[in-house]
Amino acid sequence: MATFLGINLFGLSGQLLVGLINGSFYALLSLGLAIIFGLLRIINFAQGALYMLGAFFAWMALQYMGINYWAALILVPLAVGVVGILMERYLLRPIANEDHLYSLLLTFGLALIMQGVFTQMYGSSGMSYAIPDALKGGTRLPFMYLPNYRAWIIVASLAVCFSTWWMIEKTKLGAYLRAGTENPAMMQAFGINVPLIVTLTFGFGVALAGFAGVMAAPVYSVSPEMGSNILIVVFAIVVIGGMGSIGGAILTGLAMGVVEGLTKYFYPEASTTVIFMVMVIVLLVKPAGLFGKEA
Amino acid sequence: MKAMTRTLLSVAMSAALVSTGAQASLSDDKVKIGVLADMGGVYADICGKGCVAAVEMAVEDFGGKVLGKEIEVISADDQNKPDVGSAKVREWVESQQVDVVTGLVSSAVTGAVTKVLTDNKKLALIATSASNAFTTKACSPYNAHWTYNVAALANGTVKPMVQAGKKNWFFITADYAFGHALEGVATKVIESNGGKVVGKVRAPLGTTDFSSYVLQAQSSGADVVALANAGSDFVNALKTSAEFGLTEMVDVAGLLVFTANAKALDPSIAAGMKLTTGFYWDMDDQTREWTKRFRQRHDSIPAMGQAGAYSMTMHYLNAVKATGTDNSETVMKYMKENKPNDFFARNAYLRNDGRMVHDMYLVRIKKASERKSEDDIFAIEETIPGDQAYAPMLSQCDFK
Repeated sequence: MATFLGINLFGLSGQLLVGLINGSFYALLSLGLAIIFGLLRIINFAQGALYMLGAFFAWMALQYMGINYWAALILVPLAVGVVGILMERYLLRPIANEDHLYSLLLTFGLALIMQGVFTQMYGSSGMSYAIPDALKGGTRLPFMYLPNYRAWIIVASLAVCFSTWWMIEKTKLGAYLRAGTENPAMMQAFGINVPLIVTLTFGFGVALAGFAGVMAAPVYSVSPEMGSNILIVVFAIVVIGGMGSIGGAILTGLAMGVVEGLTKYFYPEASTTVIFMVMVIVLLVKPAGLFGKEA
Repeated sequence: MKAMTRTLLSVAMSAALVSTGAQASLSDDKVKIGVLADMGGVYADICGKGCVAAVEMAVEDFGGKVLGKEIEVISADDQNKPDVGSAKVREWVESQQVDVVTGLVSSAVTGAVTKVLTDNKKLALIATSASNAFTTKACSPYNAHWTYNVAALANGTVKPMVQAGKKNWFFITADYAFGHALEGVATKVIESNGGKVVGKVRAPLGTTDFSSYVLQAQSSGADVVALANAGSDFVNALKTSAEFGLTEMVDVAGLLVFTANAKALDPSIAAGMKLTTGFYWDMDDQTREWTKRFRQRHDSIPAMGQAGAYSMTMHYLNAVKATGTDNSETVMKYMKENKPNDFFARNAYLRNDGRMVHDMYLVRIKKASERKSEDDIFAIEETIPGDQAYAPMLSQCDFK
């Protein structure tokens, strides 16, 4: 077996690939947060709960309506997006001009309520959701067995991340969006419906969490706690990447997946804290984050 | 005749004395049972409101009164936090006249709460904590531990596998007290039966993605990968093991699996796994009858700790009735001297160290084709006599 400095290189390649898979998943989750914070300046603590909602909606769609995974991949983000739109319109807008702390507390409260309601309705043990038939099985690589579903996670996450980045940074629609949130009065004067843009952006950011929830349902436990477990990590990723930097969130997500994967290999006990250690170092050296602009 | 009248009179008088004596010795004119559990967090399904329902059911089946006085049940959420749990129990025993506390889920909470109860000379009836500390290094004359513990799980699940020739073990362990305890006792069982531990990883509690650990387990050359974790950690670890083909290469053993967790797994992943449990609802007519009544109060099949909570509450109330007092020492003495016997407690006795020794069951998770309903999850493979499942009593814990 190939070794280098006593490290099993085959094992290491496997860990790197697994880290990259998790990283693409982190990228997908942090993207939604980065959009909502970067464009709207709302710190959405309910993102984790909305991710959980996505996974539960996928389960309910299958259980009660017979809607399969592929249809859920389209329909569930739309449904979660609608929840987000209602949240923005009726709860967040009335406090839009207050300090950021208000929206943070409001969304945090909403997250606890959603989690509580689902625990009450479905218990804490979680639901079972099978991997779709087309993605069962896997491929034997020289250094590891790669399940098809994990390969699909990389492809789908990166495709969604890249097209979102492209849409916001490179298209006219994205330009309106960025301008509308930067200087609402000016855009309003040009005849652009800014409140509508804000609502739709929030809905889109939230829909991404719903999408991630459907992606997660077949491989992780679908339970009310699933969002709160992952939310803090995702927040740290957004902070490391630079609050509001969309490209930064994607790249940092990938990188942190790899960092975490390597930690799991060399010192598993630290795997849940390593991302926060990176965060502390980044904040000390570059307070705006790796890709953020200094205010 | 005169002698006979005198005898009769004295019998009547002593009977009257006993009965007034009994009433006088209920400390505050009622028996008050506190149920402490995680009501809305990760462990809500394994005790929680179901434990409250089970205790209330026991009280109702008992007749609602003991020694002519009312039995009251109160409950609280410990949020899995030792400080929250011990503060609540302190309030219960110091200002609310609670006589006995049951439920008790997270081993960390139970550790804190049993100290408060022992200090106040009140009984802890532990329904579903996993750690064996409460009858070993933290043993107390005021503890009674029902249902199961880590030693019984390791003996029940691990021993037969090692004896069948699965010698090399790899652990994926939850990185906190419970996981360490489970790994520790399981390692002892493996080594004393001629096996060895070839590797282990300690995964932090609440880890979502286990793929890295599964890869490490895969390359370890182990015959068995043991999951020394519980709840969603267990579910996530097993899902990932199946996805990465680990379950096809080696045996994956779940060391602590509750029915609700097994139900949360697709049968294609979980079928065939063997595990140890203290109770299963579909064992025989007695358990089915009890489950039917339980489900009228609580909307799911009972977890083993919920059945245990009923059984221990019943045994406690019988002891209060028989001894005519709610004095902790007297009641505990009776509970140890008299065997509990109900749908849950089979071949059971409460040992002097507070360990309730009873039959345990080695079960297998059923395939989809074998299941007649969504609650039809386990098939019982073997009954493990209590004395083989539980570790022997330590001499320093022999409280008579």
